[in-house]
Amino acid sequence: MSAVLETRGLAKRFGGLVATNDVTFQLEKGARHALIGPNGAGKTTFINLLTGVLAPSSGRVFLAGEDITSLRAEARVRRGLVRTFQINQLFADLTPLETLSLAIGERLGQGRDWWRRLGARGTVAREVDEIAARFGLADVLDVRTDTLPYGKQRLLEIAVAFACAPQVLLLDEPAAGVPEAERRDILDAIAALPADVSVLLIEHDMDLVFSFAKRISVLVDGALLVEGEPDAIAKDSKVRAVYLGESRDG
Amino acid sequence: MKAAESLARRARWRWPEIVFWLVAFAAIAAPVGKHLILNEIAILALFALSLDLILGYAGIISLGHAAFFGFGAYAAGLICKHVTPDPTIGLVLAMALSAVLGLVTSLLVLRGSDLTRLMVTLGVALVLHEIANALSQWTGGADGLQGMAVGSLLGAFDFDLYGRTAYAYSLTILFLLFVLARRIVQSPFGASLMAIRRNSLRASALGVPVHRRLIAVYALAAAYAGAAGALLAQTTAYVSLDVLEFNRSADVLLTLIIGGTGWLYGGIVGAVVFKVLQDLLSSTAPQFWLFWMGLFLVVLALVGRDRLRALVARVRL
Repeated sequence: MSAVLETRGLAKRFGGLVATNDVTFQLEKGARHALIGPNGAGKTTFINLLTGVLAPSSGRVFLAGEDITSLRAEARVRRGLVRTFQINQLFADLTPLETLSLAIGERLGQGRDWWRRLGARGTVAREVDEIAARFGLADVLDVRTDTLPYGKQRLLEIAVAFACAPQVLLLDEPAAGVPEAERRDILDAIAALPADVSVLLIEHDMDLVFSFAKRISVLVDGALLVEGEPDAIAKDSKVRAVYLGESRDG
Repeated sequence: MKAAESLARRARWRWPEIVFWLVAFAAIAAPVGKHLILNEIAILALFALSLDLILGYAGIISLGHAAFFGFGAYAAGLICKHVTPDPTIGLVLAMALSAVLGLVTSLLVLRGSDLTRLMVTLGVALVLHEIANALSQWTGGADGLQGMAVGSLLGAFDFDLYGRTAYAYSLTILFLLFVLARRIVQSPFGASLMAIRRNSLRASALGVPVHRRLIAVYALAAAYAGAAGALLAQTTAYVSLDVLEFNRSADVLLTLIIGGTGWLYGGIVGAVVFKVLQDLLSSTAPQFWLFWMGLFLVVLALVGRDRLRALVARVRL
């Protein structure tokens, strides 16, 4: 299989602090890959480097073989590299309908259209309905986002990313802070993502990681510690050391 | 199916809007006496509408919006004297020139945070004010630009002393530009602005080219402000340096804040309230009208416009 997303020697230094240290990483096409690591391991920095929020100190990022290292964040999104956010970054006083229409319209290149009504053209309205149905948002489309239950907001967060038609979807702790009763919906939604979307899941929750991922990478102190199948990772002594807080070298 | 209906409903004209515009146009036929102030209201409303486009929709705060108002006024004045006396051609040209100025200055303004923007917009307005003052052979400097012989509107309606034609002209332009602005904010472009205002990081994570959108709306707002300035110049046949004063930038911000940002009617409501209060207070308490105005603003800020807006919203349904 070929890598859809790849980094080579990716590094980010903030002054003397090395947040990402020479990470060479491949995400296979159609992957269900999880990235785990203790707090402060540099997961968020790594995501920001992938999505173009931060520029790397050195190293390259490739999407489907194309070097995207110097592309701006929005250009990467248009090429299909899309993320969700750990803490909801939704538009509080817009409705899911407006948010989704915006994302779909933007993807279809309608964002510069200042004359026709939002959703009047093309397949926008139909796609909104499809995505709303897929993520269980059909009955709350017209409700202000900030009045939705937290679980619905998390679903919208994923739905909006999905509306950008990702090749690669980076899910940043999708279930964080969601009450137990609503968790199931989110796990189901993630499990039901189409097989051709390659998913990189960044997560603390080991149940979710091990139920979802076919492959796991462990990030510690900004560097990749180990990568492998879930079983192998679960047995790996270095990983256990990190997660059980045992002392390690260095 | 459902989404298509909801999206269509979102853009529909509501009856209070229609009533408002009918009343505004009916006022053209009102007995003479109030048209001059109505004209001022229409111009201020257009100016505040312009500010709403950048502040209410795109989240760009400006303390120097008079730069474009004044630039449009001088442009219209000079065009009238040296190019053509026709007011509509002058208006269109003044808008185009103001848009160009907006485009150029956007490159300065859109760098940095809110505080930087406040300072840069303020600075741009001050610079223009001084330029207008210095180029007195063109602008008349402190004496103002005089000798504008504004032609009749569409070759048929002369500007009269009572301001009836002036009001009809300003109101029509306000209406046309309002309808355009209404379409724009409901377009995909407008939606992307709203997203940028709320969270520009998230907007770019949806593929929105934030910077380009902001430049576009800034130039658009500059054209709107330039139109308001041009209307003032043409309907009073005079331009003085105070079109570029800091006071004017502050007044338009107050006007918009009174009416509320981000719903297009805020500028109009604010302009009506501001001008009517100014008119009432300055005639009943000439020395102290600014005191009452200030008091009103403090009360408005403390009581909260949201409660008033909630009332309006209930009526709008």
